[in-house]
Amino acid sequence: MRLLEYQAKTLFAEYGIPIPKGLTSTDIEQGRKDAAVLGFPFVIKAQMSVGGRGKAGAIQKCQNADEFELKYPEIMQKVVKGEKTKAILLEKMADIKKELYLSLFLNRGKRCYTIIASAEGGVEIESVKNQIIREIGLGDVDTKTAEEVAKSMGLKDKSITDFVNILQKLSKITTEKEAELAEINPLALLGDGSLVALDGKVIIDDNAMFRHDELRRFQEVSELEERAEKSGFSLVELDGNIAVVGNGAGLVMSSLDMLSDNGGKPACFLDVGGGATTDTVYEALTLISNMKKVKGILVNLYGGIVKTTTVATAFIKAYENKILDVPVFARMSGAEADKSKEMLKGSRTKLFDTVEEAINAAVIEVNRNG
Amino acid sequence: MVDLFEILIGKESDKDYKKKPVIIQGITGKFGSFHTQQMLAYGTNIVAGVTPGKGGQKLEQVPIYNSVKDAVAATGAKISVVFVPAKFFLDSAVEALEAGIKLLIAIPEHVPVRDSLKTIELAKKKDAIVIGPNTPGIIIPGVIKIGIMPATPFKPGSIAVLSRSGTLMYEVSHNLTIANFGQSICLGIGGDPINGTPVIDAFERIRNGANIEGVVVVGEIGGDAEEMLAQHIIDTKFDKPVVAYIAGRAAPKEKRMGHAGAIIYGTYGSAESKVSMYAKANVPVAKRPAEVSMLLAGKLDIKGRIK
Repeated sequence: MRLLEYQAKTLFAEYGIPIPKGLTSTDIEQGRKDAAVLGFPFVIKAQMSVGGRGKAGAIQKCQNADEFELKYPEIMQKVVKGEKTKAILLEKMADIKKELYLSLFLNRGKRCYTIIASAEGGVEIESVKNQIIREIGLGDVDTKTAEEVAKSMGLKDKSITDFVNILQKLSKITTEKEAELAEINPLALLGDGSLVALDGKVIIDDNAMFRHDELRRFQEVSELEERAEKSGFSLVELDGNIAVVGNGAGLVMSSLDMLSDNGGKPACFLDVGGGATTDTVYEALTLISNMKKVKGILVNLYGGIVKTTTVATAFIKAYENKILDVPVFARMSGAEADKSKEMLKGSRTKLFDTVEEAINAAVIEVNRNG
Repeated sequence: MVDLFEILIGKESDKDYKKKPVIIQGITGKFGSFHTQQMLAYGTNIVAGVTPGKGGQKLEQVPIYNSVKDAVAATGAKISVVFVPAKFFLDSAVEALEAGIKLLIAIPEHVPVRDSLKTIELAKKKDAIVIGPNTPGIIIPGVIKIGIMPATPFKPGSIAVLSRSGTLMYEVSHNLTIANFGQSICLGIGGDPINGTPVIDAFERIRNGANIEGVVVVGEIGGDAEEMLAQHIIDTKFDKPVVAYIAGRAAPKEKRMGHAGAIIYGTYGSAESKVSMYAKANVPVAKRPAEVSMLLAGKLDIKGRIK
């Protein structure tokens, strides 16, 4: 789960990491009240889970009430890299002397937590120069390590004390809230030598959410995603018109790749999990039927232990109950494939021996029907 | 360092050569009991199950114990397959490692990464191997099946398959089998961001296996396991054929594609990055699973001789 900036900053504030004064709203009426409390000037920041907001005009300075009336609705309407604005943060501007970078992240290759810090922040991590990197095991940072990092960054006096404090608190967030990433970029060095978190990005380990009820308030899932999760499925919505369903994340990704290679446009990624039963496949078809853009469904199931007939039953049931009104192109390997073909004769589900054949048929038919 | 093949098969002089005892943690659950039957049917020597509070009972003639310690004391098993729900995984893993298990197959999906990190730390101290979490397990066709993979895709041979995905491991192995490339070992790395045995470690453990003529690595987007392996192949001058597959070329950035570990941030974890590193290591990457056996056939004849 990726927290929005204001949510990450709520955590920062709870743990005592300094942030600028700010208020969050989702409509302009509340926004006006927030503006009155804060007083001009301030920054209007779109809250969305994507980088590059500044360049896209989703973060703008605001000097007075006239500007506010223009810019607030404009930023509320912004879409950056497909992400819509979910809320607006109004934030007081700081007297920035320098922008630094600081993050703690789960280092997959080294299998430990790692600090990255730099005296040259404010740009995307890939472009951050002179990175100071420290591996820190399970994520705890002692004072000595924190001081060493601060000194390597060239910080002095009060800035060192502030930095050590911030780094140790960021480490506490990482370990206690089970974050995969906790990033402050930029971490602003102010005129008086103090440090303030101007932005915040925190990604929580989804698999650890069962022991973090206190973070549920930040969780925002679409109705479809919620239904998918309840059924034990993984669903990612995409832009195209052919839904892609299969058992196993790798197999579904692989089907997505082959469909795209052949000129098809995936409407979603839907992994029903390792097994496949009549019920799971039926539930998957029901979920997809809620997606208006879907013009065809590609199903790729590796049977193995599962009999294909149990899956064929689900297709027949879905048409009988009028859940489905689009064609299905299915590849099912496994036992009783011939019997399944017999069962599905005359239905709108076509069975294929290889996924390549199923994809070809799907692309041709869906493109023909527009 | 403990030898993976020695734990799995043993030495020819061993009384239980190719019949190493295995215990099942969570044997009475729906999933655990079903797969226990499947493994027994394959010939895996399952000697005990563990479910707290059900000690003294039996499942398919397999005696059940209250703790791993009791099961190990009674059977001497060094291998355990864990089927408990993700939230109880850490406790089960710690119990197994403390009881002397040397090869822990961690089946559950959705284990928090922090719990995986703690398990790995303990396994290092105990000189034990952890496979997974979120793995289908390991199969040595014709000898031992410890995991949830179906038996049908596999046949004995001399190709090692390492896979970050379960169903793709079955799919690719099935294709290899049809093309007459049997497998010496198929090992599921697991779909999580943190693996008990990452791709590069798995490669190290199998590369000198007695019966390995070629290696197939089934990868996916996310992380840098493929990049690290490619560099490792170059650095160690591995001279047997390696063929790869990578799923997720069409996946969008910053979206988790089913597996917790299958996510691209910026260029980190992208398919392009992996393909270009493999190219440097002279490892061809198949465009689709069925192409793996064709690429391998370009490098090996079916008797396993390098062309």
